[in-house]
Amino acid sequence: MAGYLARRAAMLLVTLLVSSFLVFTGVTLAPGDPLATLSGNRSLPPETVAVLRERYHLDDPFLVRYVAWLGDAVRGDLGVSIAQRQDVSDLIASRAGTTAALVLYASAIVVAAGVGFGLLAALRPGIVDSMVVAGTAAAVAVPPFIAAIVLIAVFAVALDWFPAFGTGSGLLGQIRHLTLPAFALAAASTAAVARVTRTAVREELGREHVQTAVSRGISYPAVVRRHALRNAAVPIATLAGMSTASMIALAAVVERVFGLNGLGAYLVNAALSKDIAVVQGICLVLVTAFVLVNTLGDVVAAALDPRITLGRRA
Amino acid sequence: MSPLLEVSGLTVRLPVGHQPKPVLSDVSLTIAAGEALGLVGESGSGKSMTARAVARLLPPGAQVEGDIRYAGTDLRALRGQQLRELRTRVAVVFQDPRAHVNPVRRIGDFLTEALRLTGRVSRREATDRAVRALDEVAVADGRRLLDRYPHQLSGGMLQRVMIAAALLTEPRLLLADEPTTALDVTTQAEVMAIIDGLRRQRGLSLLFITHDLDLAAAVCDRTAVMYAGRIVETRPSALLHGHPLHPYTAALGAARPSVTTRVDRLATIPGRPLSAFEVPDGCAFAARCVYAQDPCRTHRPELASVDEGEVACLRAEDLRETLAVTHG
Repeated sequence: MAGYLARRAAMLLVTLLVSSFLVFTGVTLAPGDPLATLSGNRSLPPETVAVLRERYHLDDPFLVRYVAWLGDAVRGDLGVSIAQRQDVSDLIASRAGTTAALVLYASAIVVAAGVGFGLLAALRPGIVDSMVVAGTAAAVAVPPFIAAIVLIAVFAVALDWFPAFGTGSGLLGQIRHLTLPAFALAAASTAAVARVTRTAVREELGREHVQTAVSRGISYPAVVRRHALRNAAVPIATLAGMSTASMIALAAVVERVFGLNGLGAYLVNAALSKDIAVVQGICLVLVTAFVLVNTLGDVVAAALDPRITLGRRA
Repeated sequence: MSPLLEVSGLTVRLPVGHQPKPVLSDVSLTIAAGEALGLVGESGSGKSMTARAVARLLPPGAQVEGDIRYAGTDLRALRGQQLRELRTRVAVVFQDPRAHVNPVRRIGDFLTEALRLTGRVSRREATDRAVRALDEVAVADGRRLLDRYPHQLSGGMLQRVMIAAALLTEPRLLLADEPTTALDVTTQAEVMAIIDGLRRQRGLSLLFITHDLDLAAAVCDRTAVMYAGRIVETRPSALLHGHPLHPYTAALGAARPSVTTRVDRLATIPGRPLSAFEVPDGCAFAARCVYAQDPCRTHRPELASVDEGEVACLRAEDLRETLAVTHG
């Protein structure tokens, strides 16, 4: 296990390095001039332009700027927002909580509802199974912004159970405000996890080792829990990890729709206003979170299946 | 005294495609307390299906007719808690330990699971008993094994673990479904010796399924030979090899090469084994039988009592001398 973790950590670092380079390159190559944002599209005297180019290192060679940026980023300094004249790190920190809460809430829904529905379908062939299969087939195809609109129409406008906008105050208020966004974000992933759970549990129930357990007089619920679901947990954990990682990226859409003050919504605003340092900073944070969550999913899967740590099959 | 296990007129049909097809026809056998019965036949002859019917492990959709009694109780009527209780008394050892032990749980979990979940035994006591059981199947230092995973053990070791696990709930009847087929030859002998030793020591009844007539003879008091879902001959094991009464038994015995005499060509049984649902009106073996005559193809022989056993062959009496001479 220790060797496996060391290998995964090394892979993680390489992935982060590569993705940081891509983030930096991508934002640099994007069209638009940051000076235009600074000046508010007025023409500036050449001396002022020179000073600004100097301050934001706009004239250094590309690689030099990348290395300087990465070095600062590793130390927690992501530069200064051109639009707001504040440290990007502070701006990100004040919004990261909302996004983290949203994604955690959504992944809790994905695991609980996904495994629940999947198990139900696996154990109740017939009408229940067909309903889950049909329902998840539809839900898998629904992107978060559609899900968001439907949820708002039904639960905020028609039924008025949950607020459709804003962050709310107090723990309970925040949970209430995050409920619809979390379900919108989780819908497609929940359906995917439910389908994988159904297939994996069915498959495990047909395995010989389940027959052994049955032949030993172990009750059916215990067989399902200790053997079928336990073994199905390996693919489920892998998919849940990937889903959570992708929800980090999709959170931007949901945050915009529900007016949540999170990283994703801020990223969209910053990109529109060509606030390069903020875009780079948020991208770096999101990519890091994405890669970390993915790795975590793999490690959980490895912990669940002792055979994965063997050799280099992982 | 009534036998511990009594199967009579067992017919099993499985859904294949749209129509249920028979895999067992009119199987009857008995095992007394402490007795070992061998069940021999080619692949697909219904040996495993018989054991599955007894252990109530038939696939869903199976249609079962006939009577299966364990210590007088009708096995087919058991439900829920009673069925689980029975399963702690009737243990199964499967052919392929690699597939039949959960790969993601520790050996210790596998061994103690049945005790802890069905016997309400504490974890500590279950662990102690597991170590003792491992000791009985000749695994020294079993405590060290408890934290291992199945993929870290050899096939032979894993089969011993399976046998130890089967014995932990102190069953009275052991159903061993080709327990050594997946193992290499030297391990086979060891595992066989362990099963045989434990059986004698504990007075267990044993249903031993194998395709090896001689192996069955070595460990079983009586042996039943199956062909195409039917039992064709049940006799004391010692008599089957030297004095077979059914031509199929004789052919099975001859198909096993002898170590002491060299032959130019290994004996085989011509044709291919039939499944129960392919059997024509007459004797199922008639198409492959060198002694078959016209009545064999139209009349299905019933199991009839002969000296010390039963045989289902129209020509059993005629062939007694011939089979004993050519195959004895």
